[in-house]
Amino acid sequence: MMNAIAEIDETLLREVTRFIFREARLQDDHAYDAWEALWADDGIYWVPANGEGGDPEREMSLIYDNRSRIALRIKQFQTGKRHTQMPRSRLRRIVSNVEILARDADSVRVTANAVVYESNARGETVWPSRNEYLLRRVDGELRMALKKVVLVNNEQPLYTLSFLI
Amino acid sequence: MSVMHGPSKWASLIREEHVHGSLYVDPAIFEAELEKIWYRTWVYVGHASEVPQPNDFVMKSIGPQAVIMTRDSAGRIHLLLNRCSHRGNQLCLTRKGNARSFTCPYHGWSFANDGQLRAVPYPSGYEGVDKGGLGLGRVPRIDSYKGFVFGSFAAQGPSLEQHLGAAREAIDRLVANSPEGEIEITAGFLKHRVKSNWKFLFENETDGYHPQFVHASIFSVADSRIGGLYGAKSTAVTRYLGDGHSENDLRPEFRRMGNRLAWFGTFAEKFPDYVSRMQGAYGADKADQIMIDGTPHIMVFPNLFIAEIQIFVLQAVAVDDTVQHVTALQFKGAPELNRRMRQQTMGSVGSAGFLLADDAEMYERTQRGVQSRDPEWLFLGRGKHRERVDEQGFLVGDVTDEVASRGFWKHYRSLMDAE
Ligand code: FES
Ligand SMILES: [Fe+2]
Repeated sequence: MMNAIAEIDETLLREVTRFIFREARLQDDHAYDAWEALWADDGIYWVPANGEGGDPEREMSLIYDNRSRIALRIKQFQTGKRHTQMPRSRLRRIVSNVEILARDADSVRVTANAVVYESNARGETVWPSRNEYLLRRVDGELRMALKKVVLVNNEQPLYTLSFLI
Repeated sequence: MSVMHGPSKWASLIREEHVHGSLYVDPAIFEAELEKIWYRTWVYVGHASEVPQPNDFVMKSIGPQAVIMTRDSAGRIHLLLNRCSHRGNQLCLTRKGNARSFTCPYHGWSFANDGQLRAVPYPSGYEGVDKGGLGLGRVPRIDSYKGFVFGSFAAQGPSLEQHLGAAREAIDRLVANSPEGEIEITAGFLKHRVKSNWKFLFENETDGYHPQFVHASIFSVADSRIGGLYGAKSTAVTRYLGDGHSENDLRPEFRRMGNRLAWFGTFAEKFPDYVSRMQGAYGADKADQIMIDGTPHIMVFPNLFIAEIQIFVLQAVAVDDTVQHVTALQFKGAPELNRRMRQQTMGSVGSAGFLLADDAEMYERTQRGVQSRDPEWLFLGRGKHRERVDEQGFLVGDVTDEVASRGFWKHYRSLMDAE
């Protein structure tokens, strides 16, 4: 019995990890459409400022996008006039420490650590973070209902963050 | 002052329509600006609503100097420097809070939130020492206008009222958009850092020439009406208000449209409670005019940019390092408007903003570009031939003209030339 549950957990963890690695690659490669397709219809993309983030409905966040604002963010890239991403930042990120925090019938809450290395005309910038996901199964596929990126240095002044973190 | 002197150093760098590139990149010039501008003139520090209760405090800055803005138990606001008067330790490392006193962790000296030294451990070691002279350093002059708190490191000089001059009327216009006549700063700040000189930011804030180009991407996908306000056919004007301050006055366009809350990209019908509170407060006619005119777009010298729905506080850190502290304006008595203020602010500004990330890109590119050896000068002559004086005696130009930059540099020169 215990073994069977452990096995289900392992299978889910593998699936979740694969999903997160794929998301990371799509972001690094600026594959905007494929990345947007990972979102659930009610997805929230949240990058708090000033710590863990209090109430995003009350306090400023770096990003607090609902699904339609995520779409707008992608559309802006695709105009070819989003200057801060022309040329695009060169990016590679390492995602690790993937853990399942909770799950129920159709969703799973996951945490991971990430470090993004960005190179652009200003220089090199490193963006370390703890990421939190709420992934939901939609038609058999995992989709992001929430992605929260808590930058380690978000209490300090931050340079422009115009790629997909 | 002497007739024997030739033209000043500043006269050789600042001409009527040209400024020299070194003004943005020379570290010695930045040091001179700290002394002549940032540590002399009135600088915006914070808003009274950030320390609403007795004993509240919040960390602020004037250029590279850290400032603790406190409200003492009697309700008075102080601007204290973050340096223990014993051996210089930093006193406060918390962004904000509520404290009657600050105790230095190094040797335990304790200071009241009005800056007075209150107690020292093992006091017998200080027999005969006057504690009165060992209070915290402070910004010697502090004053406020409609809750906006300013500080000046010069013990003497023009009053805040004189410094603000015509900018006061713009602040009046701003707070009139609250049915209670007050704004509040309650949503916390984004701190957007750019590797650029503060003056590139300052001059961009009322540069009506760039939006159509720098912000073309978001204007084209967000069905935004901002773009047209800054077009060649716009009836909006750029106005130099004197004392370094300038504004893009968009009211001519909003009046032409004639719709209440059009300035905010929305309709009065969507906010019936707000409309009725405004009409209750000001009477129907005046309230409707306020809601048609909207909020100002004004750069208050040297560091407070009121940008319709948000404020930016510019912090000059080094010759090529500037932080923009930005947050949504919140209008007292207008909760339904305030939510939209926050949402739009988060979308448009800060490190990831649809608008500001592209402005910041230009700040950093100009900082790099201006270091090229040739041409040595920047040309700020746009619209000089069509500058005019309005009914109130202010210099105005078309909204895309460089009236504001020319005014800024004239004022800058007068401050740098001063003894
Ligand atoms: S440095 Fe603060 S008590 Fe000594
Ligand atoms: Fe801009």
